[in-house]
Amino acid sequence: MEEILSQYETVHPNDATIWFKAGKVEDFPTNRGGCIKYKNKQIAIFNFTRRNEWYACQNACPHKMEMVLARGMTGSADDIPKIACPMHKKTFSLVDGSNLNGDDDLKIATYPVKVVEDEVFVGFVD
Amino acid sequence: MIRVIVVGNGMVGYKFCEKFIAKSGQEKYQITVFGEEPRRAYDRVHLSEYFGGKTADDLSMSTSEWYAENNITLNTSELITDINRTEKTIHTHLEKTHTYDYLVLATGSSAFVPPIDGVEKEGVFVYRTIEDLDAIMAYAKKIKQKGATEAAVLGGGLLGLEAAKAVRDLGLNPHVVEFAPRLMPRQLDKGASDMLQSKIEELNIGIHLNKATQYIDGKECITGMMFADDELLKVDMLVISAGIKPRDELARVSGLEVGLRGGVVVNNQMQTSDPSIYAIGEVALYNQNIYGLVAPGYEMADVAAEQILNGSKTMRETIDMSTQLKLIGVEVASFGDPFIENNDVTAIIYENKLSGVYKRINVTKDSKTLLGGILVGDSSDYNSLFQIYSNAMALPKNPEDLILGSRDGSEGSSLGSVMDLPDTAVICSCENVTKGSICCSLLDETCSSFSDVVKHTKATSGCGGCKPMVYDLVKATQKSLGKEVKEVICEHFAYTRQELFDLVKINKYENFYDVIDHHGKGDGCEVCKPVVASIFSSIYNDTANKHVTTQDTNDRFLANIQRNGTYSVVPRVAGGEITAEKLIVIGEVAKQFDLYTKITGAQRVDLFGAHLNDLPKIWKILIDNGFESGHAYGKSLRAVKSCVGNAWCRYGMDDSAGFAIELENRYKGIRSPHKLKGGVSACIRECAEARGKDFGLIAVEGGWNLYIAGNGGANPKHAVLLAEKIDKETVIKYMDRFLMYYIRTAGPLIRTSTWLEKLDGGLEYLKEVIIEDSLGICETLEAEMQTLVNTFECEWKQVLEKPRLLKRFSHFVNSEEKDDNVVFVPLRDQKAPKAWS
Repeated sequence: MEEILSQYETVHPNDATIWFKAGKVEDFPTNRGGCIKYKNKQIAIFNFTRRNEWYACQNACPHKMEMVLARGMTGSADDIPKIACPMHKKTFSLVDGSNLNGDDDLKIATYPVKVVEDEVFVGFVD
Repeated sequence: MIRVIVVGNGMVGYKFCEKFIAKSGQEKYQITVFGEEPRRAYDRVHLSEYFGGKTADDLSMSTSEWYAENNITLNTSELITDINRTEKTIHTHLEKTHTYDYLVLATGSSAFVPPIDGVEKEGVFVYRTIEDLDAIMAYAKKIKQKGATEAAVLGGGLLGLEAAKAVRDLGLNPHVVEFAPRLMPRQLDKGASDMLQSKIEELNIGIHLNKATQYIDGKECITGMMFADDELLKVDMLVISAGIKPRDELARVSGLEVGLRGGVVVNNQMQTSDPSIYAIGEVALYNQNIYGLVAPGYEMADVAAEQILNGSKTMRETIDMSTQLKLIGVEVASFGDPFIENNDVTAIIYENKLSGVYKRINVTKDSKTLLGGILVGDSSDYNSLFQIYSNAMALPKNPEDLILGSRDGSEGSSLGSVMDLPDTAVICSCENVTKGSICCSLLDETCSSFSDVVKHTKATSGCGGCKPMVYDLVKATQKSLGKEVKEVICEHFAYTRQELFDLVKINKYENFYDVIDHHGKGDGCEVCKPVVASIFSSIYNDTANKHVTTQDTNDRFLANIQRNGTYSVVPRVAGGEITAEKLIVIGEVAKQFDLYTKITGAQRVDLFGAHLNDLPKIWKILIDNGFESGHAYGKSLRAVKSCVGNAWCRYGMDDSAGFAIELENRYKGIRSPHKLKGGVSACIRECAEARGKDFGLIAVEGGWNLYIAGNGGANPKHAVLLAEKIDKETVIKYMDRFLMYYIRTAGPLIRTSTWLEKLDGGLEYLKEVIIEDSLGICETLEAEMQTLVNTFECEWKQVLEKPRLLKRFSHFVNSEEKDDNVVFVPLRDQKAPKAWS
């Protein structure tokens, strides 16, 4: 379990060394998630059109380790954009990956997303 | 400047600081708190919840910021070694000296460990602090690995029984050992203790009464307990919870007066024999008694704070020891004088061994005054009884109504309305909050909601037992002000589901974001999105395919998400009737996609372990063979269970299977606030368990009996009779009306049973609406239902017919692969998800 989790570490936009082409804008549904495969990682990408933002995070929910965050529901809490895990409704900030239910042990890694023309890129360091 | 030093950082020490600050006004003060534990004060009343997963932080009573903001210096892990009363200084084990004007001893108590030979052995613990609990958990884990399973708890009091539950939750077999001839000897009489004992024994917790422990057996670690009757109980661990011992060491070395059996003697101002030193909580000996409850401790804190600030409040003469608890899932309460027996008192006792309920009230011979009582197994009357007792309110003509309920047919609590209480009635005894202050805070507009009231008055923040009553008071007061207390959906919508339903219907919204832009705020969330999606479905019969973004995962993928992120598939098998051909198809699908197969409780076949990518392929085969979606994933009608009926059964009085199929097909697919289940039995033997369902039909001589609002689940409820001996046509008419009325008016995720409980006027009112059409809406309800019935579409068929809808069913956007994280392990000739250890 640690092995899977340890692969995922937050990447800040300025630190990204690789911008991986995840797909076209139209490949991603609006206001919900789509999962992409990058090497052995699963990354959930959110085309949060309501806020006119894109977000990305690990697809694994750290609570019970299912690869399901891309299938969760987007929303906001006190104006923080968030994703709710479809399994047990743990909610995470899409901005910094913190657990909005207050459990510091359960955090998720977030990744930067940029859209160039109509192509979607996710930033990684390796 | 007043310098106050508080020794002890437990619940009462913390409460003193809180009260002191609240009362100090313009007064300048400096409070310094010393605690020997490494953390801030925490809620010891709910300590056992630490085993249930709560963290030390969850239990904490305040934040470090709170101390800073209020100018309180908190020193944890620091012990006071002595007090110099002439110089008014204290000395700590870190060789520091502090000066005080007032000293408050809130050192509490420690667990009383009886002087039994061998208590020092490894594996013997006390149950008092978070550290104790950590040690117990670690030891339990260690012995379990060696295959040891038995654990004893010494002491059958409140805390002992809690400890027994904790031990059981750790996976060990608990034995409760009590010296007295009954459990909770200070609160319960023999009858109540017997009832509690049988309830606890049902949970496989051994109870050993009348046991004096001679010595603890074992070499280095405990292996057993030897009792005075020479009986040996083999155990691998022992938790001692045999009472408390005041922590009066510091008072003793400082020459303060202490009681014969411990405790610092205080007067009714909480002053010790030295007027500048106060003692509060479990270290204080007041009226020759140590009070081990949080409510008197808080009151002492209040008195001491007031006294130091030159107030006049004193401790009351008699201290109420009433308690209400839920022990190991068994409700227990006692109030007033639970035991009193003399010529002027009558005890009224109700005992029902079948349901495990014991109730006793002690009433004066003239039937005018309630003196005390005991409740085991059902303490729902506690709040009313306690109010009647503590306010010396008049009793009903037949005092037994208080515990038996009124038996002349009218419903309602023995107390009448909470609003009948006097303003001085203490509703929250932990925080000493009266009815007057709760209502006042609403009347003068300081507060406008239940949570405001909780914040402002602190009511319910102690043991929490008064919550229902505070809630009722808030609701009734708001009502008197012409305000409704609303159960709003979430932070994004300040409406109830029913209001939102009407808003959507009137404004004809068809898109979630239109609704939130016009009537809400923010971006929505996992709570409000499915609610609005469900409302759309109920009004327009939109299938889940139309609102993919706002549907929760099951409705979004039209299957039930399971433990490892794979899905289960349940085709509809109406009424449980299925042909051999169709059974073979299900079997073939299960074989082809390697699915785990199980017959459900609702007469269907559940296929588990389907990858997201495989769902369309599975449904293609099923639909080609005449199946349709069973909606096992939706908050919608699941199944109508049936018995075999008069076609085959020698007792059957009607065609239950046929009727079940007809009803299931009629209501299939309709979305509702919670899932719905039905049942149809062909005779009163009830093989379909119809009365455990949201609607149930039982064939009787002369027609069908229609039952509604039952359910299984965590709080099972038997359905209640709505109409008797009606024909099929009438059944359908009433069913249409009932279901539609429920769909329109229930809150999100409220089952029919809870809905009916909350419905003003209850079943009688519902009968008026549905059978007598008192609101004149029956025609509309029937028409709305008929529209839903007429517009049914199988949503899986829709998906397969529209390729653009298929895109949803792939795990990766940029690959055709399945989720490679999914691993299965064998399970009884089939398979199951691999657990992450």
